[in-house]
Amino acid sequence: MEVGQMQRRLVDYTKSLFMEGFLDSQFLQLQQLQDENNPDFVVEVVSLFFEDSEKLLNELTRALDQTNVEFKKVDAHVHQLKGSSSSIGAQRVKNACIAFRNFCEEQNTEACMRCLQQVKQEYYLVKNKLETMFRLEQQIVAAGGSIPIIEMSS
Amino acid sequence: MESCNCIEPQWPADELLIKYQYISDFFIALAYFSIPLELIYFVKKSAVFPYRWVLVQFGAFIVLCGATHLINLWTFTMHTRTVAIVMTTAKVFTAVVSCATALMLVHIIPDLLSVKTRELFLKNKAAELDREMGLIRTQEETGRHVRMLTHEIRSTLDRHTILKTTLVELGRTLALEECALWMPTRTGLELQLSYTLRQQNPVGYTVPIQLPVISQVFSTNHAVKISPNSPVAKLRPIAGKYVPGEVVAVRVPLLHLSNFQINDWPELSSSTKRYALMVLMLPSDSARQWHVHELELVEVVADQVAVALSHAAILEESMRARDLLMEQNVALDLARREAETAIRARNDFLAVMNHEMRTPMHAIIALASLLQETDLTPEQRLMVETILKSSSLLATLINDVLDLSRLEDGSLQLELGTFNLHSVFREVLNLVKPIVSVKKLLVTLNLAPDVPEYAIGDEKRLMQTILNVVGNAVKFSKEGSITITAFVAKSESLRDTRAPDFFPIPSDNHFYLHVQVKDSGAGISPQDIPKLFTKFAQTQSTKNSGGSGLGLAICKRFVNLMEGNIWIESDGIGKGCTAIFLVKLGIPERLNESKFPFMPKVLATHGQANFPGLKVLVMDENGVSRMVTKGLLVNLGCDVTTVSSGEECLRMVSLEHKVVLMDVCVPGKDGYEIAIRIHEKFTKRHERPLIVALTGNTEVTKDNCMRVGMDGVILKPISLDKMRGVLSDLLEHRVLFEAM
Repeated sequence: MEVGQMQRRLVDYTKSLFMEGFLDSQFLQLQQLQDENNPDFVVEVVSLFFEDSEKLLNELTRALDQTNVEFKKVDAHVHQLKGSSSSIGAQRVKNACIAFRNFCEEQNTEACMRCLQQVKQEYYLVKNKLETMFRLEQQIVAAGGSIPIIEMSS
Repeated sequence: MESCNCIEPQWPADELLIKYQYISDFFIALAYFSIPLELIYFVKKSAVFPYRWVLVQFGAFIVLCGATHLINLWTFTMHTRTVAIVMTTAKVFTAVVSCATALMLVHIIPDLLSVKTRELFLKNKAAELDREMGLIRTQEETGRHVRMLTHEIRSTLDRHTILKTTLVELGRTLALEECALWMPTRTGLELQLSYTLRQQNPVGYTVPIQLPVISQVFSTNHAVKISPNSPVAKLRPIAGKYVPGEVVAVRVPLLHLSNFQINDWPELSSSTKRYALMVLMLPSDSARQWHVHELELVEVVADQVAVALSHAAILEESMRARDLLMEQNVALDLARREAETAIRARNDFLAVMNHEMRTPMHAIIALASLLQETDLTPEQRLMVETILKSSSLLATLINDVLDLSRLEDGSLQLELGTFNLHSVFREVLNLVKPIVSVKKLLVTLNLAPDVPEYAIGDEKRLMQTILNVVGNAVKFSKEGSITITAFVAKSESLRDTRAPDFFPIPSDNHFYLHVQVKDSGAGISPQDIPKLFTKFAQTQSTKNSGGSGLGLAICKRFVNLMEGNIWIESDGIGKGCTAIFLVKLGIPERLNESKFPFMPKVLATHGQANFPGLKVLVMDENGVSRMVTKGLLVNLGCDVTTVSSGEECLRMVSLEHKVVLMDVCVPGKDGYEIAIRIHEKFTKRHERPLIVALTGNTEVTKDNCMRVGMDGVILKPISLDKMRGVLSDLLEHRVLFEAM
């Protein structure tokens, strides 16, 4: 497929991510920080996010499995996750984390477990989406094209 | 006396016979003696006689013969023996000499004869040479005459003088009685007597041009003898009886300017040629005849006259043309000066009006903005907004009109400089972002990788053009998306432009930037497209959208100044449209330190680096946020160190760090403590790094932070522009006035 078509596909795909709320304008900020001196900035940040999030989610799973749930620790982890996801603009994950934190304050284990599931689901979804997007970008670059820059309303 | 035994020949002497013999011998002897004398005499006279020896021989022979005959005289009578001996001796000698002479003559006579033939031959030769000499002399004389005549004729460029001089000189050289020139009339049907030698003011005789004698003369370029009775030769009133001299006529070609443009000018068709007739009369009663060399002279002169006349004609033409041109020049000069004065006056007027108009404009805009900041009722706010919008529009109009008038008369010049091409596009995107977000449009920028980052051109006007085009796309799209594509045009695509008279010439240090803005908006109907770029022309749809209608006209002029082309395509109403333009930009040379001392730093840090080398310490527990914040600061050119905990922060912080950005997640706790510790570490205020709290938590208030000695608070998420603003505020004022 020629470069123009691939570019259009990428643009449409990215558009859809924003439309569906997976990503917000913070992600665009990240893209702005990428340039010739920092060509893989976004990928690096997102990879770090994935790493961190996997760790946090495991911790959370373990923490909530305890009989005596330490809500303070859980809250701390969720806070971390919320921070990371908002830093990269993973909107739905962030929203899920906010909901999670509320239930943590209430110390509602059931709700927290449900929220954890929600967060996990959202996380895996966004991870999938981002990985697909990066693959498309790689294809374009390999074919000699350039990554189109997108401006979006929020 | 001796006795002799001979019988005395006592013959009866005929006394008469003996007498006669006696006398004859005497005369013979005489002759024989005088002939050599004569010979000697004449030979002495002529110096060239080559045969002296022969003459001597001959003389001797004759003398001896004479002597013999003389001695013979004594032998008629009784003579002594001595006489006999002398006689014998003489005879012997004579015999010898005469034989020798005879032999000699055999050799001599052929020579003498040949001398005679040579003499004859030489005489003939001399006669021939004489003849030739005569010929050459006449030719030379003719030539001399011709040169002199030509010199006289060509020394003037005045027609009349030329013709008059010709006649005069010819008359003098050839000793003519009369010489006349017949010129063709305007109609070309008659010949009119124009100039004569003897008569001062010739009466206007005319003869029809179709006369046989005239046709005969015109048909050849030789001088033709004509009868003295022909009408052209009847120049003098016949006075008394005289035999008129021979008359010769020759044609004089009258060359026109246009004749010189025909390539084969020696063979001009006689239909296009006009001739004049020159008639020459020898003196009457002189019995002189026209010699060949005289005829040749006349022919040559006729040709020369033709050339001289044409030169005179050409000179007249060129003088006339020159006068005309001078007049036109003066008129044009005057017009130019008037135009310049007008332009100067207009520019002065515009400059003054511009300033006069802008001052109140600024006042209105500034005060309206300030008014907006105060407390207003909704109606008041609406009114103020309308005022602001209208005055901005007016300001734009003023600028546009000024620009356009300067563009029109060509006094606008591009301000060339090296600029960042990529950032121009980004800037445009930033500028349309507000409207785009309100209208919920999607704008995509597609910069091809071969678009250089830096280019030489007029940055301001290029941005104006792109902004105008993109702005139009945004203005006329109610929904959908706008795509901006930019790439370097290759030569094949250059030829595919829509303008028939646009010939882009790619060169080594220039490139053509192709920019395409496609929108999915209202579209334009095909009949409106040609009017798009005319000033003040607005279609129905655009009239409602505001604007003066000047935008595209100005763009077109800018694009033309940049040696490019701009055009718009649309599939019709409702089908969106695409605006495409090409501009020629220069490629900057390899940047060297001396020329652009700050450039390398700019290259190293992307876009506009506001804080080169600013040392910042970032503290954030969250790895992802830490990385993002670092990325932000690196983008702005800072030198960033990151730490992930409070202790590390305290360890790493030093006087080198100008700013410490710390993430404060929960109120109280680490963040505030660190701030206090840093204060303790650096007692002197002006050395201490500035501390700014980054937080996503709204409970972290400014007052709390200030209490612990922080210099500012920023709420996350923070954009690039916000960070830039924050840092510049911070560095300027040493404290952050606002939290946002």
